[in-house]
Amino acid sequence: MAQAVVSTPGSVIGEGAPPQGVPAGFERPDFQIVPRAGLPIVAAVLGLLIAGIAVNELWPLMFLHVVGGATWTIVDLFLGFVLGPILGSMPIPARIALTTRLMPKMVLIMPTAVTVTLAAGWQLGSHLGTVQSAYALHGWVVASYIVVGVMAVIALGLLEPANIAVLTELKKPQPNPAVIERLMKRFIYTAGATGLMQVATLVIMTKLASG
Amino acid sequence: MSAPAPPAPAASAAPASAAPAASGERRLPPVTQLGMVSLALIVAAGIYLSAHLPNHVSLTPAIVLLAVSALVLAGNLASLSRVRGFAWGAFFAVARWAALAYLVIAGMIEYVFLRNHTSGGPLVVLTLSLLVFAVHVPVLIAFTVARYQEP
Repeated sequence: MAQAVVSTPGSVIGEGAPPQGVPAGFERPDFQIVPRAGLPIVAAVLGLLIAGIAVNELWPLMFLHVVGGATWTIVDLFLGFVLGPILGSMPIPARIALTTRLMPKMVLIMPTAVTVTLAAGWQLGSHLGTVQSAYALHGWVVASYIVVGVMAVIALGLLEPANIAVLTELKKPQPNPAVIERLMKRFIYTAGATGLMQVATLVIMTKLASG
Repeated sequence: MSAPAPPAPAASAAPASAAPAASGERRLPPVTQLGMVSLALIVAAGIYLSAHLPNHVSLTPAIVLLAVSALVLAGNLASLSRVRGFAWGAFFAVARWAALAYLVIAGMIEYVFLRNHTSGGPLVVLTLSLLVFAVHVPVLIAFTVARYQEP
C-alpha cells in the first residue's frame, strides 16, 4: 500500500501519477465511520441486555452471554487467523474496498458484543453463584477474569483506536498509505493476539460448562 | 504477536512537538502505552475485588491500584496537553463521541454492580475505576486518530 493515492470519498483513486498497486480510475466507496443505520440495532441489543439483567432469569442471561460471547470469540478468531492474513495479501484496491465496508461494522459490533458478554456474564455468574469464591471451580472463573482483562486492555488500547483511526484516514481527501498500512497491521496483529486469547477463553468456558 | 511500536516518546523537559520529525514520524508522548498501563491497573483492581466475593477483603490493594491508574491518567493528559501543533480539533471531535459511547458502556457495567447490591467501599472503587475507563479509552481513540491529522 506504499504509494496509493486516494481522492475524495466515493471518487477516483490514482488520478495524476498512477500510484503503485492502485489502478488508475479505481473508485473508493463512500462510507460512514460509525454506520448510523446500525445504531438502532445497538440500542435494541442494549435494551435487551438491560431487560435481561433486570428480569434476572436464567435463560435470557444465558442467551445474552452465549450469543455475545460467541460473537466476540468468532469475530476475533476469524479476523485474526482467517481474514487478517488474507487481507494482507490482497491487492490494494481490494484492501481499501474491504476495509471501508468491514471496519465500520466492527466499530459497532465489537463494543456491543463485549458489553453484552461481560454484563450478562457477570449477572449470570451472580445468578448461578459461580462468581462466589466458594464455587468449586473458582480458580477457573478468576482465570477467565484475567484472560478477559488482558483482552480488554489490548482491544481498548490498541485495536479499537486503530479501527477508528484507519477509517478516519481513509476519509481524508489524500489518505497517507503508510499510515493506513501501519494502522491495519496494528489492527490485524492485535486481532490475532486477542484471537489467541480467545482460545484460552474457549478452554475455560467449556471447563466451567462441563464442571 | 505484538503490535507495531508506537512513536518514540518525547522525553525532554521542553514541550513536545507534534511536528513531523525528520523520519516522517511525529514525536509524541507515550500516550497509548501509559493508557494501557492505566487500564491494566484498574482491571487488576477489579479482578482483585471480584475474585474475593462475597468475602470482605482489604480494599487497600484495589485503592492503591486505582490511585496509581488515576495518576497515570492525569500524567497522560498533562503530557498530551503540552504537545504543540497537535490536531486538537480532531482530537475533541473524536473524543466527545467516544466518551458518549464509553459512558454508556460504563453505565451498563455500573448497572450490573448496582443490580447485584454492590455497595460501600467496593462500589466506590469500582465506580471510580469505571470513570477512569470512561475517560482513558476515549483519550486513546482520539489520540490515535488525531496524531495522524494536520493541526
